[in-house]
Amino acid sequence: MAEPSTHKRPPFWRNQKYLNLIWQLLFLVFIIGFIVFLATNAMAGLNRAGLGLSFQFLTNRASFPIGETVVSFSPSDTFVRALYVGFLNTLKVSIVGIVLTTIVGVLVGISRLSSNWLLRTLSTWYIEIFRNTPVLVQIFFWYFAVMLAMPRIQDVNANYGFIISNRGFVFPWFDANSSLWIWLALLLVLLIAAFLTFKWKNKQQIEQGKKLYPSLWLIGVLIIGIGVGYLVLGEFPASLSLPEHTGTGSVGGYRFSPEFAAILFALVMYTATYIAEIVRGGILAVPKGQIEAAEALGLSSSKILRFVTFPQAIRTIIPPVTSQYLGLAKNSSLAVAVGYPDLFSVGSTTLNQTGRAIEVITIMLLAYLTISVVTSIIMNIYNKYTALVER
Amino acid sequence: MNTEKLQQIKSTTRSPMPAEVRLSPGAWLKKNLFYSWFSSILTITLLALAVLLIKNIAGWTFFTARWEVISANFKLFMVGQYPIEQLWRVWTALLLVSLFIGLTYGAKRGISTIMFFSVTTVYLVSIVLPFISGSSRFWLVGALVSLGVGVGIGMIVPYLKKVVGYAWILCFILVLFFIQGFGILPEVRTNTWGGLMLTMMLATIAIVFSFPIGVLFALGRASKLPIVRTISVIYIEVIRGVPLITILFMAQIMVPLFLPGGVTVDNVVRAMVGLVIFNSAYIAENVRGGLQSVPNSQVEASHALGLSTFKTTVFIVLPQALRVTIPSMVGQSISILKDTTLVATVGLLDILGIGRTVTSNPEFLGTQKEVFVFVALLFWVICFTMSVTSRKLERSLSVGHN
Repeated sequence: MAEPSTHKRPPFWRNQKYLNLIWQLLFLVFIIGFIVFLATNAMAGLNRAGLGLSFQFLTNRASFPIGETVVSFSPSDTFVRALYVGFLNTLKVSIVGIVLTTIVGVLVGISRLSSNWLLRTLSTWYIEIFRNTPVLVQIFFWYFAVMLAMPRIQDVNANYGFIISNRGFVFPWFDANSSLWIWLALLLVLLIAAFLTFKWKNKQQIEQGKKLYPSLWLIGVLIIGIGVGYLVLGEFPASLSLPEHTGTGSVGGYRFSPEFAAILFALVMYTATYIAEIVRGGILAVPKGQIEAAEALGLSSSKILRFVTFPQAIRTIIPPVTSQYLGLAKNSSLAVAVGYPDLFSVGSTTLNQTGRAIEVITIMLLAYLTISVVTSIIMNIYNKYTALVER
Repeated sequence: MNTEKLQQIKSTTRSPMPAEVRLSPGAWLKKNLFYSWFSSILTITLLALAVLLIKNIAGWTFFTARWEVISANFKLFMVGQYPIEQLWRVWTALLLVSLFIGLTYGAKRGISTIMFFSVTTVYLVSIVLPFISGSSRFWLVGALVSLGVGVGIGMIVPYLKKVVGYAWILCFILVLFFIQGFGILPEVRTNTWGGLMLTMMLATIAIVFSFPIGVLFALGRASKLPIVRTISVIYIEVIRGVPLITILFMAQIMVPLFLPGGVTVDNVVRAMVGLVIFNSAYIAENVRGGLQSVPNSQVEASHALGLSTFKTTVFIVLPQALRVTIPSMVGQSISILKDTTLVATVGLLDILGIGRTVTSNPEFLGTQKEVFVFVALLFWVICFTMSVTSRKLERSLSVGHN
């Protein structure tokens, strides 16, 4: 710029800007060429097999039964319905699995830092054993070696409402009453009211410097509200249903089929080891000085955990735990190995019946991607909510 | 001040830690197990539970379990349907691998120590197993000798220290040559591969081939070129968002569909393609972490020296990034080794697939527990060794690197 006479512009093949563009275009051409090559082959193959690319088949009769469903399904329903049922089954395993895994993982993670030597050692062994064996082997073990090896249902008795046999686990559960929705609305109102009372009393306590027991007020509002609700509606939102043995089966309660129980146990036991390690790491990442300072202030150890350690640990914990949740949801596709009708299992049955490989696989991939994206969005929102507020 | 005195001061102030306090057994129990009423209850409950568990497991292992299902099918578990008259090739491959493990240990020590001693232990245990045939014992002794020879050579030739890493590539090709034949030895088709051998081959190939692809995608993702970056991001995120089993399934069905008519590849190769596609996306993310840890000033400095972008990447950025990535790469290798079991769901006879066929054999009905415990134990030994190695590696790499 200073001396245009001596400074010649470089030729365009030496200009970084053009070079970048050219390289990218070459790359793009290569990628598109590769995809076109694959697609032409696929189309040729499909034409040879007499199949065009079309999603029409989805509205045909599925004509296969599904053993375990959340919503009703009969073989005369369509393939769309079948895939939807499979998707709901996948969600069911994933959600129940994520909740249980979090509980087990956090407990084991804290146990690994316990001052009790035995607890520490046992949880270490649990982690070392379960995370170093493949999850599919564990699924097979739970299903073939544990669930199917249980005594027959004819040979077991109901113990306190629990029936454990090779037909699965049956345990007491709730039956919804007709007033369930009114109750849910009422509970929501009550929770808001109780929370506002708590805030108000807390504020008064701070202003007046007197002990006014805000938490007692909170509980009091809830109890009175629920009592009034029961008097008005005349029933609770749900009643307890105890399973009963009928000789070759059971009625009442809730039943985990052997397939569901096996996949659930395996996923929970496996993923919890990872969550435990993450929780342990997160707790260890909180500076020791903070805990010592809290001790010096005279806080009890449970209060230190609640107010000092955990709020800080949760920040380091959430991102890796999110990917474990995603891993669990994806691993639930292994349910096909023991015949639990999840999305993948229904999808491959559909594929076998219709021969529509590309279409079915596309649907499956999109469904799993949706689960992954939604989970990470929810966890990212939570992550933002707990993140350290900095300038 | 004379040096002797300095030495003295040094030796007394060397450790910043207070001297270790030796506790008497009683005090140890009090401190670790019974320090409060809650802890005491916990200890007693857990102790009862542990005793019950150990008693049941030991009782099952030594009295109830029918371990003959393992010994009767041992060959199947190890190499699957590999033709018996060609078995010498698998053994030769094992000798080769042993030789290279020995070489690495002899030349380098350090991390390879764990691997060396665990392999030695496995051979020694296998030799004394009662159901191992005479010829297998002979080969195992050969493998031990080969380990020893390797150590010897490694210690004598100091030059090896530099090249032993690259030598493993040679070892990989040689092993493939012996097992597959490459048309020189009588060809053993991949569909007869099985058992532990297939598991190890799948894992090795998935790791070896997905590494360069993964590095490329990581660089693509970090690139400033928008088209390259977008394509890399889409590839990585899509593959990471779907389960491995769908990718394996896709590879089984789509690979033949996407190939020109008349070209066929067998099951095992399709599974390998699936594993490589899957694993490379995960490796790309690991490498991306490493790339991000290289400070930008390094790139600027090398540009200031006049290095082109290509040279900066290859000689400045990548070596530093990959070094940071090594521990997480070991972790990724462990998980891909465990994930190879999924090929059993698309009908391959890896060690888990063999387990399924053995348990469905009417002669061995009701031996699911034995078979799956055995398979789990095999994986456990391998993965546990690898994870101990990885932890050691992490510690040794973090020294002087902050």
